Amino acid sequence: MAKNILVIGEHADSEITATTAELIGQSTRLAEGGLVSVALLGSSAADATPQAFEAGAGKVFVNDDDGYTEYNSDQWVTAIESTLESIDVILVAQSTVGRDLAPRLAARQGTAAAMDCVDVRSDNGEIRVTRPCYGGNALADYSFATSPVIATVRAKAFEALPLQSGASGEIVELPAPSESRTTIEGREVAEAEGLAITDAPIVVSGGRGLGGPEGFEDVENLAAAFGSNRAAVGASRAACDLGWYPVSQQVGLTGKVVTPDLYVAIAISGASQHMAGCSGSKMIIAINRDPEANIFQNAKYGIVGDYKAVLPALIEAVKAQS
Amino acid sequence: MHFVVCAKQIPDPETPPSAFKIDESTNTVVPAQGFQPVLSQYDGIAAEAALQIKEALGDEAKITVLSVGAESAQAAIKQVLAMGADEGVLLQDDAFEGGDSHTTAKVLAAAISNLGDVDAIFCGRQAADWDVGQVGLLVAEALGWPAAILAKGVEISDGSMKTTRVMADGFETVSQALPAVVTVSNEFGEPRYPKLQQIMQAAKKTVTTMTHDQLGLDPSEVGSSGARLKLEKLYIPQSDSQVEIIDGETPEEQATNLIAKLVADKVL
Repeated sequence: MAKNILVIGEHADSEITATTAELIGQSTRLAEGGLVSVALLGSSAADATPQAFEAGAGKVFVNDDDGYTEYNSDQWVTAIESTLESIDVILVAQSTVGRDLAPRLAARQGTAAAMDCVDVRSDNGEIRVTRPCYGGNALADYSFATSPVIATVRAKAFEALPLQSGASGEIVELPAPSESRTTIEGREVAEAEGLAITDAPIVVSGGRGLGGPEGFEDVENLAAAFGSNRAAVGASRAACDLGWYPVSQQVGLTGKVVTPDLYVAIAISGASQHMAGCSGSKMIIAINRDPEANIFQNAKYGIVGDYKAVLPALIEAVKAQS
Repeated sequence: MHFVVCAKQIPDPETPPSAFKIDESTNTVVPAQGFQPVLSQYDGIAAEAALQIKEALGDEAKITVLSVGAESAQAAIKQVLAMGADEGVLLQDDAFEGGDSHTTAKVLAAAISNLGDVDAIFCGRQAADWDVGQVGLLVAEALGWPAAILAKGVEISDGSMKTTRVMADGFETVSQALPAVVTVSNEFGEPRYPKLQQIMQAAKKTVTTMTHDQLGLDPSEVGSSGARLKLEKLYIPQSDSQVEIIDGETPEEQATNLIAKLVADKVL
């Protein structure tokens, strides 16, 4: 059965985000002949529009009013609601925007949102979603009793389509920002310099077992040995909550989801909470003193030992190899 | 001022994966031997946020704890009472069972309307069992109040709530008029441990129980009948990872052997 699907897009520097392209890709697969639309809001939204078409969208709802640039719930909800006539499925990333927007939209539309999905599929025409729960110990499959179906989706859950150069479609202008009950007083960017952990092909993460913030020096040195253009440094929630490393680098259910080619977990026990943020990595290596640590259940290779002894040796070995 | 803290009792998230079991015939988690249910950790942090504001207001505020749950959820309510909250209400009814975020929020919103004079609602960023993170927002929508999620700091003064929120790339400070809802994240900090004397006092406090009748809710709109999301299947993901522990007499040998594996696997 054909479905009309809306992707609530996100964009930065005039380009749609990787997750937005992934959601457009999956929507195209799910639409079965229905229309895939994308909503883009905020300055540079118009610049990102051609890319949404190239990624597979048939229609783009757009408004590049600067009032939309900083996500503001009431304004975004109002704008998105104006696009929903004949929409059957709404997909949005499990992002700062999606976490806030999806439940509000569900409430206004008298429907439900399934949060943090790793799969959205059509089962004999009926949408089913899968989402991790119990800190990643379990998976739950859901169907919807109401419509439209709303799902927030984890980064890298789906493949984007190959870009179709020069593709275009219908453009619909969204209304200007409405009133909001929320005043944004200020924003503070607090992100480590260099490669973003969500983009890096190698992520080297440290945990509580480092014993203190100084342990992250060795972790950073290992990342530097892999190359600052390839590797980024992450941290477990325990390490971030203790103030040892910036929250922006947190990997896990309450932090970021990373899917690098190589994930090196150093002095991280591997609680489900953490694994939820890195289990999509192509390969996990664990370095831990405790041979019983859960992280070894999820790793391809492990070294049982004190990071203070292992890391300097590993740094030298990486340097020697490259 | 009157604050509400929403508290949920959940299976202990510290239960090791090896002891985590699911009854696939009922799609429910089997309580692990030796692990008592606990207050969802984020709700404890939400309670801490409410208590800190109450203290900043010179104790000129009442805190009511609400929980939708079974009789055993009294323990979660009493824990927040022991931390310093004033009153507890357990929203307990067979009709509430099998619900989703929508029906849970509906019950909480009905109870909050029933209290009448609430200025702010504090929820955890998500329950640490289902990890959904919608109930706070859905309560706000049901009541028509503004809401801010993922707070690492909250202040209340002059009829407004100022929240510092955790964003993907930093922090954002927003202000909203009361009454309002806030969901509190782990970045806020650890909740206080009640003193023994407080635990004893809380144990003596009466927790009021309310059912759908008292809240003016029809059984058809709550619990499994009112749920909009239908749980089809709950299961444990298959893990096929077989770890290979790298040999070596010294860390140098281990490191060299590991790098050789990565090169052989074409990862490096």
